[in-house]
Amino acid sequence: MIRTPLRPLARILDARQKGENPDAIERENLRLRHEEIRDRLRLRAEQRLLLLGIMYFCAFLVIAVRMGGLAASEATEPRAATNGASIIGQRADIVDRRGRILATNMEVYSLYAHPQQMIDPLRAAEELGKIFPEIDVADLKKRFTSERKFMWIRKKLSPEQKQAVHDIGEPGLLFGPREMRLYPNGAVAAHVLGGYGFGREGVHSAEVLGTAGIEKFEDKLLRDPAREGAPLELSIDLTLQAAAEKVLYGGMKIMGAKGATAILMDASNGEILSLASLPDFDPNDRPLPALGDDPSISPLFNRAVQGVYELGSTFKIFAAAQAMDLGIVGPDSMVDIRGPLTWGRFRIRDFNNYGKELSVTKVIVKSSNIGTARLAQKIGTPRQQDFLKRLGFFDVTPVELQEAKHAKPLLPPNWSELSTMTISYGHGLSVSPLHLATAYAAVANGGRMVAPTLLRQTGPKLGDRVMSESAAAAARAMLRLVVSHKEGTASFGEVKGYAVGGKTGTADKPKPKGGYYKDKVIATFASIFPIHDPKYVLVVTLDEPEIHAAGELRRTAGWTAVPVAAEMIERLAPLLGLRPTIEPETLAGITLTSQ
Amino acid sequence: MRSVLYVMTALTVIGLAFWAYHENYETQEAIEKTAKLQSEIGAARVRLSVLRAEWAYLNRPDRLRDLAELNFDRLGLLPLRPRHFGNVDQVAFPAPVFDDFAPITNSVVTSSQGAEQEQEP
Repeated sequence: MIRTPLRPLARILDARQKGENPDAIERENLRLRHEEIRDRLRLRAEQRLLLLGIMYFCAFLVIAVRMGGLAASEATEPRAATNGASIIGQRADIVDRRGRILATNMEVYSLYAHPQQMIDPLRAAEELGKIFPEIDVADLKKRFTSERKFMWIRKKLSPEQKQAVHDIGEPGLLFGPREMRLYPNGAVAAHVLGGYGFGREGVHSAEVLGTAGIEKFEDKLLRDPAREGAPLELSIDLTLQAAAEKVLYGGMKIMGAKGATAILMDASNGEILSLASLPDFDPNDRPLPALGDDPSISPLFNRAVQGVYELGSTFKIFAAAQAMDLGIVGPDSMVDIRGPLTWGRFRIRDFNNYGKELSVTKVIVKSSNIGTARLAQKIGTPRQQDFLKRLGFFDVTPVELQEAKHAKPLLPPNWSELSTMTISYGHGLSVSPLHLATAYAAVANGGRMVAPTLLRQTGPKLGDRVMSESAAAAARAMLRLVVSHKEGTASFGEVKGYAVGGKTGTADKPKPKGGYYKDKVIATFASIFPIHDPKYVLVVTLDEPEIHAAGELRRTAGWTAVPVAAEMIERLAPLLGLRPTIEPETLAGITLTSQ
Repeated sequence: MRSVLYVMTALTVIGLAFWAYHENYETQEAIEKTAKLQSEIGAARVRLSVLRAEWAYLNRPDRLRDLAELNFDRLGLLPLRPRHFGNVDQVAFPAPVFDDFAPITNSVVTSSQGAEQEQEP
């Protein structure tokens, strides 16, 4: 920039010649220069203000646009990353020990209505009545025309039903997705699985809750998202379960029983391989619980764990095993069996008169009440109580079924010496068949308790010792003779190649108001096989069996429960992978020396 | 010199901004792709569970038993019983195939006469 001098010499000289004041020129120039500077500064300030204004405008515009966008759009969670492992909110499947599905989930739709959105509620009600015959059309019409804003119509729809409802074309009928539980095998293992129901129900989903059986017991585990949908593996084997139910059903029909149950247990770890209870039900369409006093009429009643019965002579082996464990008697010691044995006003009798005295082995083989009572007298009440408590007869079974928690054994309120004697042959103490199977497993595995379980185990799981190995072996030898000896009560239980050993029990059913029925019994056969290498325990119980055989009406377990159990072993043992074997001679060496 | 520095800085900022936007869009795209894949996996899982359920339903023991009984003439299937166990030597393996017309090149003594005496020492 060229600065004009304040006192240009040419003009100064010119002014001096004219006699003017040269200072005026300087002031004039100074004024012009100041004006020029002022204009420049103003322009710059104006530009800056404008720029600032534009920037502010832009900033506010951005904020306004963003706010407008946020207000107008759907809210979404900001996402910086995506989740790697997906969380599976489904209820876990239940599979058997070989991975076959017992319970799984299906996605279906529920049907609900918004009556205020309906165009023709009356027609919709009639059309729905055609699709679902069980719906009360008149009631539905009333409800559709009422003031209600929301109502459920059906909780589960099949795809065909959904399409049919869709074809009605009524905008007030709406579908909501939801999951349902499916038991593909129908009634097989129904009592183990239990059933399901819906918990909190929403339009978009509904909680699936277990209502009974293992579904209820393991509800938390099945719904735990941390397991990522890993299935729950049961100890049940589907093939065994189906075969056991089939045989048991046939047996129940032939024996005219009104109910039956069978438990197959692995003696080394308490795994329940099959648990059947008849009559059964379809868990996909679980019936309503029975009303009234007697829950055992309902097919929902699980006889294996819920039913506590006096299981009769099957208990005798515990008295004999304990007496041998304590060293009071040996297998061949003689026991006085002269009857009737009287205690106060009470008389203990035998089914037949077996003479004056029998060896302990024969007492078991012939199932003498008097002989067992005498053994119990020698053992004494405190020791018997302690032994039975250790065998688990005082508490509920720890099996993973909701029903088992409420099936507490019935103990005599006042445990007198008479109770000791009657309990030794299975009267006066009511337990479930599962209790019995667990105690027999202890005899089978050499005297160690096991915890009955429905969850798959790996390897043996033996608990506390309840009796010595030798006492258990001697008890097993007696059980074998009950079946193999020609005078044994379970001679129909012989299955060639599987060396079955077991004990029968026939107990009169108690009347609801006290006393016992004369013509109604609970027949039980508790067995161990193969006896020379004990692996499995099978308990079969028939409720009120009756059969005409060999010219008379028979109810004893030897004629009813034992043949059913034998047929069951013949069917199940090959499925367990057991080859028929020839029994080693060592057991045959323990022969009856009495008589 | 100074203006060069300014220009360089401005260019760097623009470059970084471009890179950041690019990364942002790539991330969005990846997230969208993952979401799509997740939903595909979900659908596949549902399908799989339906197929599994159907498989289990078709293989339920009651149905298999009925089918075995219906088709007994063709299949001859029976429930497994103890007498069905056998030994390996009871199995009728297919006979080994011999080439009948091949000339015998190295003959073998098939007689067992004197075999025991030979093995004794």
